[in-house]
Amino acid sequence: MDNNILDIKDLKVNYITDEGTVQAVNGLNISLKKGESLGLVGETGAGKTTTALSVLRLIPNPPGKIENGEIYFEGKNLLEASEEEMRHIRGNKISMIFQDPMTSLNPVMTVGEQIAEGIEIHQGLDKQKSMEKAKEMLELVGIPKERSVDFPHQFSGGMKQRVVIAIALSCNPLLLIADEPTTALDVTIQAQVLDLMNDLKEKFDTSMILITHDLGIVAETCDKVAVMYAGEIIEFATLEQLFTEPKHPYTKGLFGSIPNLEEDVDRLKPIRGLMPDPTNLPKGCTFHPRCPEAKETCKKREPVSIDTGNSHMVKCLLYEEVSQSEGAK
Amino acid sequence: MHKYILRRILLLIPVTIGVTFIVYSIMYFTPGDPAMIMLGENAPEAELIKLREEMGLNDPFIVQYGRFLKNAVQGDFGRSYSTKKPVFDEVFSRFPATLKLTVAGLAIALVIGIPVGIISATKQYSLMDSVSMILALLGVSMPNFWLGLMLILLFSVKLGLLPSGGDAGFSAMILPAITLGTGVAAIITRMTRSSMLEVIRQDYIRTARAKGVKEKKVINKHALKNALIPIVTVVGLQFGSLLGGAVLTENVFSWPGVGRLMVDAIKQKDTPMVLASVIFISVTFSIVNLVVDILYAYLDPRIKSQYS
Repeated sequence: MDNNILDIKDLKVNYITDEGTVQAVNGLNISLKKGESLGLVGETGAGKTTTALSVLRLIPNPPGKIENGEIYFEGKNLLEASEEEMRHIRGNKISMIFQDPMTSLNPVMTVGEQIAEGIEIHQGLDKQKSMEKAKEMLELVGIPKERSVDFPHQFSGGMKQRVVIAIALSCNPLLLIADEPTTALDVTIQAQVLDLMNDLKEKFDTSMILITHDLGIVAETCDKVAVMYAGEIIEFATLEQLFTEPKHPYTKGLFGSIPNLEEDVDRLKPIRGLMPDPTNLPKGCTFHPRCPEAKETCKKREPVSIDTGNSHMVKCLLYEEVSQSEGAK
Repeated sequence: MHKYILRRILLLIPVTIGVTFIVYSIMYFTPGDPAMIMLGENAPEAELIKLREEMGLNDPFIVQYGRFLKNAVQGDFGRSYSTKKPVFDEVFSRFPATLKLTVAGLAIALVIGIPVGIISATKQYSLMDSVSMILALLGVSMPNFWLGLMLILLFSVKLGLLPSGGDAGFSAMILPAITLGTGVAAIITRMTRSSMLEVIRQDYIRTARAKGVKEKKVINKHALKNALIPIVTVVGLQFGSLLGGAVLTENVFSWPGVGRLMVDAIKQKDTPMVLASVIFISVTFSIVNLVVDILYAYLDPRIKSQYS
């Protein structure tokens, strides 16, 4: 517990809309050690980005509201911190790389200004020194420093994402949250950006939460993986455990849907059904309508997260029953 | 950028010629005899014929228009039929009054409109937002002349605090400036609110917050500059049309501006005066538009790079 840099406990986030209350995150638990990388995997709408924004307390309110839970960062509950304290954490100790580099930079400010801004706020440097540091950051992410006076529209998508990374890393954060940092980029640029992030992460010994729906990226960069479904972590394990022995039927489904290069198949094997309506989640296990192994009890009882050995956590009644019957013996 | 500005200035020439042609045609084909206006209704027929011949009123339309254009290029726009003075002298002598009123009205509008719009947007659906949107709706819907009359009724007639008309010092400017400013303030408030609402939902605003930038700075630096373009457009259009003379307001407050000059000239069928004031208004309007377009380039580097 003490060497955990981040501990999220029983986090609950709702979006209150006219159509109903969207339960984006339901009782989520995550912990992360210093220097570790956690992959947060799940379909679109599983609540990954909401979780990340909660850590920075940047959920747009209204309509979003953190209903419940605790987020401990360096032993301090961020949900009880003042706005002023949060400002000192954002961009300084925790920073975030956003999904779409095309829209995450301010079109009317030069990239140099945008990088220098965070440095000026958090490191107490004057304008000129911040700009010098910003230029160093640009060089670090592989952009010539002369381009610091250019505006975002003069850069390509991959370069914009590098600028976003430079902003995120400019104050050597303890925790970096990368929200699908490569989704908007094409494959060759993806690899470059991932390599860059990995290098910088090692250089600064930064912990990272990598949000993605690409298991390949997870395999390349992460130590631990959390699989998210309908606002809950349904499986949490080390990279090796998860890839060699996925336990939750949903995780198995995710792996099953990856086409095998060696087999000749005509059709992909998707997980049947769609994500449940977040304003009206199914009773019992939220995955039961789509689960190939669902039983009658899955419709009624909500599973709890249990340890199946070596801290491999699964939230599924199949395993709960096994351990219960074992306990009965 | 310089090339672009030069091209826009050159474009003023065809625009102005087009405006003169249309106005000249309208004035020519509407009934009324300039000779009779100048000499009075009871003038003997012989003198009228003589004057018409002197003024070239018997020539075909296109010849008359050509002659007007030729003189105009040489800087001679003719003399007013009624006052006999050179028309542009008259227009220029009226312009400071109009400019004064415009600047005052616009200043009121900006000082109210932009801050209220920003607060409304950042506190959307709050009481403050609802109240200011209702006031803005009233401001847009109230006709200028009605508001002007009501203000006169209250402040001049009932309370006797402020003069009801004329251009006599600062106190005389207050009521017409408020009258002008109210409608424009309402438009600017609504525009600022909607533009800000759009901008503060953008990803780059979230990026700024994630950097730990103070909320005040997020709004005033990151959001406002992006939100300004549509606001500048509206302000520019309003400024341009007010400079052309706020006709109704100037009449209600008997303000000696260009707008009133033009209306009086139209009533008297004083063709040279109408032409001069319309040319003046259209050129002013075009120049204001050009300034607005140049401002865009300074606000948004993406637009600037298109020009160069």
